[in-house]
Amino acid sequence: MPETALLSVADLNAWYGESHILHGAQFEVRRGEVVTLLGRNGVGKTTTLKAIMGMVARREGSIRFDGTQLVALPSDRIARLGVAFCPEERGIFASLDVRENLLLPPVVRAGGLSLAQVFDLFPNLKERLASQGTKLSGGEQQMLAIGRILRTGARLLLLDEPTEGLAPVIVQQIGRTISRLKAEGFTILLVEQNFRFASRVADRHYVMESGRVVDMIPNSELESNLEKVHEYLGV
Amino acid sequence: MEIFGIPTQALFGQLLIGLINGSFYALLSLGLAVIFGLLNIINFTHGAQYMMGAFCAYFLLTKLGIGYWWALAVTPLAVGIIGMVIERLMLARLYKLDHLYGLLLTFGLALIIQGLFRNEYGTSGIPYALPQELAGGHNLGFMFLPNYRAWVILASIVVCLATWFMIEKTRLGAYLRAATENPQLVQAFGINVPRMITLTYGFGVALAAFAGVMAAPIYQVNPLMGADLIIVVFAVVVIGGMGSIMGSIVTGFALGLIEGLTKVFYPEASNTVIFIIMAIVLMIKPAGLFGTQR
Ligand SMILES: Nc1ncnc2c1ncn2[C@@H]1O[C@H](COP(=O)(O)OP(=O)(O)OP(=O)(O)O)[C@@H](O)[C@H]1O
Ligand SMILES: [Mg+2]
Repeated sequence: MPETALLSVADLNAWYGESHILHGAQFEVRRGEVVTLLGRNGVGKTTTLKAIMGMVARREGSIRFDGTQLVALPSDRIARLGVAFCPEERGIFASLDVRENLLLPPVVRAGGLSLAQVFDLFPNLKERLASQGTKLSGGEQQMLAIGRILRTGARLLLLDEPTEGLAPVIVQQIGRTISRLKAEGFTILLVEQNFRFASRVADRHYVMESGRVVDMIPNSELESNLEKVHEYLGV
Repeated sequence: MEIFGIPTQALFGQLLIGLINGSFYALLSLGLAVIFGLLNIINFTHGAQYMMGAFCAYFLLTKLGIGYWWALAVTPLAVGIIGMVIERLMLARLYKLDHLYGLLLTFGLALIIQGLFRNEYGTSGIPYALPQELAGGHNLGFMFLPNYRAWVILASIVVCLATWFMIEKTRLGAYLRAATENPQLVQAFGINVPRMITLTYGFGVALAAFAGVMAAPIYQVNPLMGADLIIVVFAVVVIGGMGSIMGSIVTGFALGLIEGLTKVFYPEASNTVIFIIMAIVLMIKPAGLFGTQR
């Protein structure tokens, strides 16, 4: 396992207006790893990704990415350092067609996937380039939301529940995609509710409860900790 | 020659006036639509900025000897920059608050700017000469077409369509449309959205200033020229629907024409016809003909 942390988060606090959501979250993601954030609804998984990306009203603590402190940077600067975010609600733009949606995020550094490689991962997109972005099926929208950030050259991908509400075949396709991206050297921080899915793609799992990271479970130990995980997730 | 008992000269003459007015309605409502789309602010200063455009052309001529054509290029830049300063210093502080604050601020600014100019220049209007190249006109047989008026219509159509093209068909426009929907996400993709907002406001203001320069030889340079026009333009915007680019262009020209036709067939209603249409549209389609509820 590669030893250097690409992303290390310490004592992370975040607020939306007056509500204090993250209370000192702490974890790290090493270069080339796929790591998940697990936890019940509302524990702050999405907020953690948004805080890394600079998308919350206020945040404190330390977020180091590849040696750079992100906590005071605006989100466009964070993106330009090579961090990309795929939101839970997918964020496909209705006033843009599929091609425009796909080409929207600017290339921030060399080494991203080419359009041909994105179509290789998600052949459906190629057929629908002229369609309005939001006319795609849920699965296709998810592919578009992932596909468009692969072009940018970002090395750290923050994926928020990419399998939510999707049919099993599409979930499998997304799973294969994540494995392929890992093989290509991408580092991925994944928020998941579907921990079966998480167990197939991830190296390690962090468990969140009310704005804190309360446990870390290596994927190899997941099976022996099933009871504990079920309790954490309330399933 | 007559059509429906109306002499063709009179009919086409009014249609021409309608098209000229429509050119200004379209340019101004387009600027409002561009600004509203991204900033979510109804820019009540728009009329004052149009007036500033006319005055800028006048100052360039009288103080620096710079004529119409250079004024047409320099003025939108100069007034646009003033707009960007206003955005940075004042509007940017209001985005987190209710829309109403932006409306009140821009309305107050309009009153202040117009008041300052009125104190200095009165309300009688200052003539601004036609550019020599466009003096005279052509007799088309059915009507006489002054060259300058033909130019205004042509220039307005070209600028409106170029703006439409830029917003709907280019990569820059895709950023703009996307940021209109979800600015936070666009910024998280690495776009400097605050800067884009400033530039967009500057561009909308520049459109108003451009219209102001074109208006100077026709309507004279007058501190209240914008205040009168902007009321009609807001009715145009309500009819077309806020935020639609093509909608504001088409509605602008169409209402100018309708107004012209009304002058021919029922002159008593010519000053109110746009407001009557507005009332009807509000009853049937409150979001406007091209607008979507938001
Ligand atoms: N924009 C917001 N303004 C105020 N509170 C918010 C906002 N977004 C989320 N919250 C609150 O913050 C808390 C954490 O939300 P978050 O979306 O991070 O949870 P999550 O772990 O991603 O949950 P889920 O599994 O449902 O997606 C919740 O209590 C939520 O109500
Ligand atoms: Mg979430």
